[in-house]
Amino acid sequence: MAWAGREEEETREQEEGMMKRGRGGGARRGRPGRVGACYADERSWESLQEDESGLLRPIDTKTFQHAQYRRRLLLRTAAAAGDSGSAAPRIQRGLIRYLYVVIDFSRAASETDYRPSRMAVVAKCVEGFVREFFDQNPLSHIGLVAIKDGIAHRLTELGGSPESQIRALMGKLECSGDPSLQNALDLVHGFLTQVPSYGHREILILYSALTTCDPGNIMETIENCKKAKIRCSVVGLSAEIYICKHLCAETGGSYTVALDEAHFKELLQEHAPPSPAIAEYAVANLIKMGFPQRGAETIIAICSCHKEPKVGGGYTCPQCFARVCELPTECNICGLTLVSSPHLARSYHHLFPVLPFNEASVAPLNSYQKSPRTCFSCQQDLLNYGSKSSLHVSCPKCNQYFCLDCDIYIHESLHNCPGCESRRESILS
Amino acid sequence: MASSVSSKLYSDDVSLVVVLLDVNPFFWAGVNANSGTNQPAAALSFSKFLSHVLPFVSSILLINPLNQVVVIATGVKSCGYIYDSGGGSDGTSVSDLRAGFLRRLEEFVERDRQLCRDGERAAATTSSLLSGSLSLALCYIQRVFRSGILHPQPRILCLQGSPDGPDQYVAVMNAIFSAQRSVVPIDSCVVGIRHSAFLQQASHITGGIYLKPQQLDALFQYLSVVFAADLQSRSFLQLPKSAGVDFRASCFCHKKPIDRGYVCSVCLSIFCKNPQEMLYISDFKQASADSRSKSDSKRKTLEAS
Repeated sequence: MAWAGREEEETREQEEGMMKRGRGGGARRGRPGRVGACYADERSWESLQEDESGLLRPIDTKTFQHAQYRRRLLLRTAAAAGDSGSAAPRIQRGLIRYLYVVIDFSRAASETDYRPSRMAVVAKCVEGFVREFFDQNPLSHIGLVAIKDGIAHRLTELGGSPESQIRALMGKLECSGDPSLQNALDLVHGFLTQVPSYGHREILILYSALTTCDPGNIMETIENCKKAKIRCSVVGLSAEIYICKHLCAETGGSYTVALDEAHFKELLQEHAPPSPAIAEYAVANLIKMGFPQRGAETIIAICSCHKEPKVGGGYTCPQCFARVCELPTECNICGLTLVSSPHLARSYHHLFPVLPFNEASVAPLNSYQKSPRTCFSCQQDLLNYGSKSSLHVSCPKCNQYFCLDCDIYIHESLHNCPGCESRRESILS
Repeated sequence: MASSVSSKLYSDDVSLVVVLLDVNPFFWAGVNANSGTNQPAAALSFSKFLSHVLPFVSSILLINPLNQVVVIATGVKSCGYIYDSGGGSDGTSVSDLRAGFLRRLEEFVERDRQLCRDGERAAATTSSLLSGSLSLALCYIQRVFRSGILHPQPRILCLQGSPDGPDQYVAVMNAIFSAQRSVVPIDSCVVGIRHSAFLQQASHITGGIYLKPQQLDALFQYLSVVFAADLQSRSFLQLPKSAGVDFRASCFCHKKPIDRGYVCSVCLSIFCKNPQEMLYISDFKQASADSRSKSDSKRKTLEAS
């Protein structure tokens, strides 16, 4: 039962037609001596802009990027506030996640509109995503599933180590046949129902094709996923498909379609931080965990993961005193989850996020004394910044001024407002 | 500055050292009072401490003409930039180091003192604002990264004497993870009485060096031998190895280090025994319906308790 409607087919044809027209000679890339090919591909004339006096200059992407970043940030906080029903920026997030990434290895993945092929771009982006995911969610697990030839098969089990996942993914990259959305959902549903109840169950589907070949009624499968509280999200590479949209709407996930490689990477990375959790989906539970000490450099012990003697380093399980090599992990002998306090601390910034800063743009001539001259955190000059008026932001809590780059760094990486951290209301002895 | 120097001179051992200087007056005053009791090392006064730090800063600037040093003071009520050898508009040379540095340090300490309200009592166990100065340092380093392809290798050196403040735990860990991501090592030299668990973890996670000198009278020697070399040369040197890092977590209810505990799956609070009611979760669910001020006060209680 193919779900491709006539609209999708027409869109696809239009897309192909546009690509052929726009690229010109660019589609023929195998001709090294042809100057026009790379010129047509790069389209370097698009990165120029005219300023007021008619002179050419490169596009100033900085304010544009900052505007994009602010839009993303405000959308996130608005969505969070909307969910919780109050103005509080602190929302409950699913911090312990069990995520299956379903990758489409069908015929459509061998298309070359993403260079060198969709499959290669997807694999590379997934590698980056897996690392970022474990960086942001150290207590979570990822598994990989591939769909091709109408069958879905599991590449890796749910695991907590990025290296094994990436190794399995890069092992064999070949695509053929038709994708089957229902088979993938059924397979993952079977695995995710065995996961502990406090974990958030998620599926992320990277879909290149426009069709799906299903053996049964996919609506029933979607109902099953909804009942099992699995949140399905899709990132499409070709065009918007109704069934994906329906799936995401039913299960509370997000559906996005990528326009090009950079956009695809961005959309994929958006799934790395934990999303606002639907409170009923995961039971609040107390998980027993151990916090092992790191051994001294001279201790010799047989490690329980490799079954061979190792010198130095390593962690000792506090319950059964077996040695493990890395954290976080589950002790092979007694099954206790072992983490270190930095792993938990990595997720604390989701619970205590930095408030979005307010824009404050000051005309350079007026109120010179009152406007700040330098960014509080990096000491960069604010007044000569940019071409016309100086654009900067200020923290609503401490009222310090920051430049745009610090704003992005503080909210996306540091998660501390330097102004708020550099002051203290009262000294508690 | 970097733009005026040809790329041939820019070898990979040019460093930018951001020194975080602890100027907590309660700690430094307490040091003098404690001298004579059973402390393993001789207590160091603040002026003697500066007499070790200033030559160390000059020595970094002399090792390589392109080296850069930025000093940020960690006060008890505020943090601020004291010295930037890059100069900005005025290129401060090494000979101006002492005068400008000391003057600005005095101004900072005076401003910090004025921020303390009258009648506020504090003990020698009052912590300084380490998270604030770490955040400032990291923002400055990001600016250096943005300045172009040719930039010095940055690292952070914390000269810390005050004890760790448990209310800064989350902020310090955020800064550590951000430093780890940007590949900026955080070195620590603890001149206080006790080891600092925060700085031990910082140095372990970011790949820096943690040192607690035994003889504080010879502080300059420790600093110049261990911390002056650039990152490239560290692989050729025998540097102090970490004696051990305490990665155990503290339970939220009693603040005791525990090796086995219960972790809430929603908020990741750690409890030593199965509590009857989970403080943070029940308050959290209420707070999402109530006003924000209530949840903020609960959060402060949780962090301070």
